[in-house]
Amino acid sequence: MSVPPDSTSDLTRRTLLRRAAAAGLLATPAAGLLSACVGGGEDEPTDQAEGEKSATNPLGVDGKAPLEIYIFNGGLGTKYATDVHVPSYKKAFPDAEVKFNQAEEMATVLQPRFTSNEPPDMVNNAGSKLMDQGALVQAGQVQDLTELFNAPSLDIPGKTVKDTLVPGTIEQGSFNGKPYTLNYAFTTFGLWYSDKLFQTNGWTPPKTWSDFTALLDKAKAAGKTGYAYAGANAAYYQYLVILTTAAKIGGADVLKNIDNLEDGAWTAEPVKQAAQLWGEIGAKYMDKAHLGLQHTEVQLQQNQDKVVFYPSGSWLENEQTKDTPAGFNYAVVPVPSATASDKLPQTAIYAAAGEMYFVAAKGKNPRGGMEYLRHMLSKEGAKGFTQLTKVLTVVQGATEGLTISPGLTSSETMLKAAGSDYFAYRWDTWYKKMDDECRAATNELMFNGGDANKFVTRMQKVADEVKKDPSIEKFKR
Amino acid sequence: MRHGRYPFIVGFLIVPVTIYVTFVIAPYLQAFYLAMTNWRGVSANPKFIGLDNFQRLLQDDIFWKAIRHHGVLLLVLPLVAIAIALVFAFLLNVGGGSRGGTLRGVWGSNFYRIVFFFPQVLAVVIIGVIFRRVYAPDESGLLNGLLGVFGIDPIPIMADRNIALFAIIAVLVWQAVGFYVVLFSAGMASVPKDIYEAAVLDGAGRASMFFRVTLPLLRDTLQVAWVYLGIAAFDAFAIVQVLSIEQGGPDGATTVLGMEIYRNAFSYSQMGYASAMGVALFFVTITFAALTLRVSRRETIEL
Repeated sequence: MSVPPDSTSDLTRRTLLRRAAAAGLLATPAAGLLSACVGGGEDEPTDQAEGEKSATNPLGVDGKAPLEIYIFNGGLGTKYATDVHVPSYKKAFPDAEVKFNQAEEMATVLQPRFTSNEPPDMVNNAGSKLMDQGALVQAGQVQDLTELFNAPSLDIPGKTVKDTLVPGTIEQGSFNGKPYTLNYAFTTFGLWYSDKLFQTNGWTPPKTWSDFTALLDKAKAAGKTGYAYAGANAAYYQYLVILTTAAKIGGADVLKNIDNLEDGAWTAEPVKQAAQLWGEIGAKYMDKAHLGLQHTEVQLQQNQDKVVFYPSGSWLENEQTKDTPAGFNYAVVPVPSATASDKLPQTAIYAAAGEMYFVAAKGKNPRGGMEYLRHMLSKEGAKGFTQLTKVLTVVQGATEGLTISPGLTSSETMLKAAGSDYFAYRWDTWYKKMDDECRAATNELMFNGGDANKFVTRMQKVADEVKKDPSIEKFKR
Repeated sequence: MRHGRYPFIVGFLIVPVTIYVTFVIAPYLQAFYLAMTNWRGVSANPKFIGLDNFQRLLQDDIFWKAIRHHGVLLLVLPLVAIAIALVFAFLLNVGGGSRGGTLRGVWGSNFYRIVFFFPQVLAVVIIGVIFRRVYAPDESGLLNGLLGVFGIDPIPIMADRNIALFAIIAVLVWQAVGFYVVLFSAGMASVPKDIYEAAVLDGAGRASMFFRVTLPLLRDTLQVAWVYLGIAAFDAFAIVQVLSIEQGGPDGATTVLGMEIYRNAFSYSQMGYASAMGVALFFVTITFAALTLRVSRRETIEL
């Protein structure tokens, strides 16, 4: 790993004077007004807090500098920040004031602050109104986290932060090879069901595609909707499943090609086959009404045993805590094998470090922001997070020996069985436009009798458009 | 008296004009400038790229889809809303026939007048949320619940691309009618009663009274209503955003320009491109307003 350039924080007397003058200028009202407009802002970072580096303070945090953080208030809540990570930071730096903020629409609240170069120090960029992370990186708003990952871990002796993480974490947060975001929650994806419902009906979780359809037939006979997702706002749960099947058929490179916008990545045979299989499920076993429903409404129907399988990530159990009847016992199974000649085994799953946390490069206290992430990545910080949210983190072995809930245990078992056969894609966050198009195409495929050919040509078309568009920065992995 | 007149006028105008220039004119100019940049909304220095955004706009399917939807809205919304509002206003004011020498509305017209105005009082977002329940795709929805009583299977109203846009227009009409009932009532109140009475004496029925007396005398009011509703047809953003699935879906079947501007600006971070759409919308709206006022100009009848 290369050492990051230190020039931005390296204050010589001349730059200090120059910046002081610039700051003085900005303070006059006229210039202040200007800086609020587009094009009037000062591009150089303002004075950033920095303290002495030491063994206990490897990132050189200024212990007195205030730290402002923004946490997304969604499925995971914000308790993990206020009750675990903020106190942890305050314990290390008792003189620092930590300003905790929460928001539900990150872009609405924070984009203006980035535009005017007054960003908060650490941001949890998540939710349906998240900021375009690629655009932020492109604009130089995001701190390079190399220094953080090379720093020693807070409470796992003898290891750097990097060593404590699940393989693939840093890559998941890298843009063109440089780590810019910490993807903290380790989320596994699969088909969720109620263990109780299966026990009472004597059903077993399917492993092959024919098992799967046989079970869906049984569910239909029992008057239940075998398979469902929410078309109104959660079609991406479904395209994740379609692409999981594609990866199982043709190997994880299928997804890599899609990420890298390779020619014909979507029209490749495995993707077409997967779309074909899922389109048939849509036509035969799904309820058309779900196209008009929101994810919470469909999830509630599953809690009422009207829906058997529901594709989702491991946050589901926590999200549904209030509505889940006692003894429902969430459980999860990998997406069934598609054919006998699949390249990846039945146990292979989509699993990824999700929930982006990043440090603002042009904030007042980027070192404090990185230090906050280091506290999140401590063993204690990770354990606290899992206990409060029932979601694993990217910190390896932080929850060993803990039994928290049936759903979490089930997803841990699934992850163990997968071994190293897990994969993920990035295109949906890199190119938001493709995400939207894929949601629409998926709904068409699953609910409106769309066929696989139409699905893949439609997606290939938008991928080609994005590739040709010079205003969108491209990423590779 | 003439001396010091300009300072006097300037003194009055300086504050409102400054506010107007700062908050209306300046953002407009800025949008025109941004439309010619590739600004992504997260940095402070956009790059100038000339008319590239507009060129892209011409080839953008979803942009033309949105324009088509505005076309449909422009045809259907004013026509239906004005027709319904006129009928109601007529019934409320003169539809009850004459009694004791004066014309009056149908029985209970004061009550109806208030009821019709209710939707106008509600915020658009609330209306969207309410109609999400009315249009819910299973039997928990008001409409589908009703259909269920007659043994008809639920229709996924907002999820059916052939119905969705009209379902949204229905909501817009429902919301607009109350206001125009009041507007037309006021217009009818200003028509001298003796004209009506003369018509009644000459043996005009309700229908011919409506078409031959009320309608021609309401011409100015109708024209105003038409322009208002036309401009509303270029908006519809809020209701689409709240009510439609996938915000403008299914598959872009209900999208409008406002929705696409919002999406490009805040979800794709293509502020420059979104501004270009905004500029296009500006010109479309202004052309419409100018055309309507021009085409419908006619000698007014002096009362």
